[in-house]
Amino acid sequence: MTYNSLILSIVTFIYGLAGALYLFAWIFRKETVAKAATWVTIIALAGNTIGIVLRWVESYHVGSETGHAPFSNMYESLVFFAWTIAIIFLVVEKRYQNRTIGALAAPLACLALAYASFSPDKSIQPLIPALKSNWLIAHVITCFLGYAAFAVAFAVSLLYLVKSKDEKRFDQTATVRIPPLAILDELTHQLVMFGFLFLTAGIITGAVWAKQAWTRYWSWDPKETWSLITWFIYAALLHLRMMRGWRGNRIAILSIIGFLAVLFTYFGVNYWLAGLHSYGTPSQ
Amino acid sequence: MENAKKITPGYLQSLWRFLSSLKLTVVLLFCLAALSVIGTVIPQNVSPQDYVRLYGIPGYRLLLVLDIVDMYRSWWFVGLLLLLVVNIIVCSIDRLRATWQVIFVREPKFDLDQYRRRKNVFTFEVPAPAHRTQDAFQRIVAKGFGFCRLVALESGFAITAERGRWTRLGVYAVHLSIVVLIIGGYLGSKFGFEGFVALPEGEQSATIELNRSHQTLALPFAIRCDDFEVSFYEGGQRPKEYRSKLTILENGQEVARQEIVVNAPLYYKGVGIYQSSYGRMDGEPPPAEWDQALPPEIPLAIQSAASGIVYNRTARIGEPLQLPEGLGQLVLQRYEPAATFQSMALGAALIASLSKPPEPPQTITLPLKFPKFDAMRRGTVIISVIPPKADPVKERYYTGLQVVYDPGVWVVYAGFILMLVGCVVVFFMSHQQVVVEVVDRGDGSTVLISGKANKNQMGLQIKLQRMAERLMMATAANVSKDAGA
Repeated sequence: MTYNSLILSIVTFIYGLAGALYLFAWIFRKETVAKAATWVTIIALAGNTIGIVLRWVESYHVGSETGHAPFSNMYESLVFFAWTIAIIFLVVEKRYQNRTIGALAAPLACLALAYASFSPDKSIQPLIPALKSNWLIAHVITCFLGYAAFAVAFAVSLLYLVKSKDEKRFDQTATVRIPPLAILDELTHQLVMFGFLFLTAGIITGAVWAKQAWTRYWSWDPKETWSLITWFIYAALLHLRMMRGWRGNRIAILSIIGFLAVLFTYFGVNYWLAGLHSYGTPSQ
Repeated sequence: MENAKKITPGYLQSLWRFLSSLKLTVVLLFCLAALSVIGTVIPQNVSPQDYVRLYGIPGYRLLLVLDIVDMYRSWWFVGLLLLLVVNIIVCSIDRLRATWQVIFVREPKFDLDQYRRRKNVFTFEVPAPAHRTQDAFQRIVAKGFGFCRLVALESGFAITAERGRWTRLGVYAVHLSIVVLIIGGYLGSKFGFEGFVALPEGEQSATIELNRSHQTLALPFAIRCDDFEVSFYEGGQRPKEYRSKLTILENGQEVARQEIVVNAPLYYKGVGIYQSSYGRMDGEPPPAEWDQALPPEIPLAIQSAASGIVYNRTARIGEPLQLPEGLGQLVLQRYEPAATFQSMALGAALIASLSKPPEPPQTITLPLKFPKFDAMRRGTVIISVIPPKADPVKERYYTGLQVVYDPGVWVVYAGFILMLVGCVVVFFMSHQQVVVEVVDRGDGSTVLISGKANKNQMGLQIKLQRMAERLMMATAANVSKDAGA
C-alpha cells in the first residue's frame, strides 16, 4: 500500500544524482553533462509529483476516513518542499539559461527528501480536527512556495559569495561558468521578492485559518512569531536593496541570514519550542 | 517657502528627518526581529509558580520588571511597533509629496533630449520617410501602452507612451496595509472580548469567563449545549471530531440552532462560538481507559519501521505471535498494573519479549496509555496496544466553548488584501515610459527607441528590444506593399 514512500526514497537518490551531475559539469566544464543533469532533475521532479499524487490516492485506501491531501505532517511537508525547490530552480535555470545553480539547488531538494526519510512516522494518518480545513492546502502551498524561493535565493547567494571571492584572484577557473555577479544579484532580488510575496500570503492564509480554528488570527505562537521574524528580515533586505541601493555581498549575506530564519521557523520551532503547530499530538 | 523655513524650528525638522529615515525602518525591523525571539524562548503568560520553578525568584522579578511575561503586549514592544507605524506614515507622506506630481498629472511630460541621451537606446534605419511610418508605428506602440501621444517634430515625429503610472502607488498600499492591520488589531483588543464557558450537556449559560482578566461577562443571549459528541478514528487514540449541538436563546426564545465542530464555529450577532475543549462530567479524562479487566485476546498495532505499514493483530499472554514482514516473534509475558521505565511511572503496561534470531531476545514494555512509547526504542518494529473502544453507555460530557467578539477582524482582513495586492504591484509591476522618435534622413529615416522605468530595468530592456523588432517588421511589410503597388 505504501508505494509512495518507496518512490519518494528512490527520488531522493535521483535528486542526488542530478546534483552530482551538475557539480561534475560545473567543475569539468561539460555542457552535455549539465544538460543531462537537467533531464535527471526533470525525471526526479516527475517522480516527486507521482509520489505526492500516489500518497494522496493511497490515503483513501488506507482507511475509510483517512483520505486527505498529503500536507499534514513533517514528512509530507518535506516531500512537498523538495518539489517546490525543484520546480523553482528549473524555472530559474530555464529563464537565465545557466546550469550552475543546480549544483547547489538539486542537493537542497535531495537533502529535504533525505531528511524526510528519517521521519519516525511515515504512515498515512487521518486528520485531527484542527487540520480539517480547506485552508490547510492554501496555507501549505503558499508557505512552501515562499520557503522554496528563499532556498533557491540562498543557493544563488552562496554562488555569489563564491564568485565574488574568486574574482579577486587572477585565475578564475572554477567560477567562469557561474553567471555574472550582476545577474546573480538581480536573481537573488527576484527570488526574494517572489518568496516574500508567498511568505506574506502564507502568513495571511494561516491567520485566516487560525481565526476559524483557534478563534484568533494571531496568538504569538512560536511558529507564527518566527514566521514574522523571517518576514522582518526579508523586509529589511528589500528596503535596503530598493531604497539604499545595497547590492552584492551584503544582500547575499542578508539572504543567507533570512534563509537560516526560514530553517528555524520550519524545523527549529518544531523541535525546540512548543506550540500549536506540533502536529500529531492531539492539542485540542 | 522662505517664510515657512524660518518658522519651522530646527529640532522639528530634524525630528521629521529622523522619523522619515530608512535607517530607522531597517533598525526597527531588525530590533523587532531580534526581540520577538525572546517571547518564543521564555514562555508567555504562564503561572507565577511556573516562572519561579524555571527561573527562580530573582529571575521572575526581573521578567516582571521588564514585562517579559507578556512581552508582545509590553510597553516597549508595542512602542517599537508604534514607532514603526509612525516611521511608515512619515516616510509615505515624505515620498508622496515628491511623487504626487508624477502620479497625478493629466499629460505626462517627456523630455526628448533626456531620452536621446540615455544609455540603452535602440537605433536603426528604415527605407521610408518618417510620415509614411507614422500610423503603423503608433498602432504598434499603443498596443503595449495605455497612454500614447504623437509629437510632431521639424523633420519627423516622436511617439511618447507610458503605462503603469498608478503602480507607483503600490508601495503606499503596502505601507497603508500595515497601518490598517494595527488599527484592526487595536479595535479588536479595545472593543472585543474573548472568554470561555464550559457547558454540560443540556445546560445553558448567558455568561462567560474572560480569558485574560478572569472576570465574568454577561452575553446578550444564552448558549445551550443540547449534545456533545467526541469521536475517534479506528485504533482509538486519534481524535476525529468534537461536535457540539448548540442553541442560542434570547429572552427565553430559541433564535438559532447549529452544530459546531473545530474549524466551523457558530456566529451570532458578530460573536463567534468556537469548539475548544471538552471533558467528562465526573472529572475523569474522557478517552477510553483500561479500567476493566484485560480481554483474553489483546489487540496490538504492529508497525514496520521499514515499510511504515501498520498491521492489526491480537495476541494472548504466553502465546508466541509471528510478526509480519519477518520481523520476528513476540511473546506477551505478563500484565504490570504499575510499570516503570527508568523510574518514570507509565501506569498499566504489558511486558513482552521480542526475538529475531540471531539477535538475543529483547524485553519490551508496552504501556497501555502511551501507544508511541515503543517507537523510542528505534527498533525495526513499533508495537502498541490498541485500547478498547469507549464504553457504549453514553457518559455525560461538558463542552468547552471559546466565545469571541472581534469587531476589528474585517479591518484586519481588508489590510491583508491590501497588503497582498500592494506586494504584487510593488514587486511585479512598474511605471514604464518610452519614446519612439523617427527623423527623416535622406530617402529613409532613422528610428530611435528609448525608455525608462522606475523598477525592473531588465524587463523594460527586453520589451524595448521586442518593440524594435516589431517596428522593423512593420516597415519591411510597408515597403514591400508599396513596391507591389
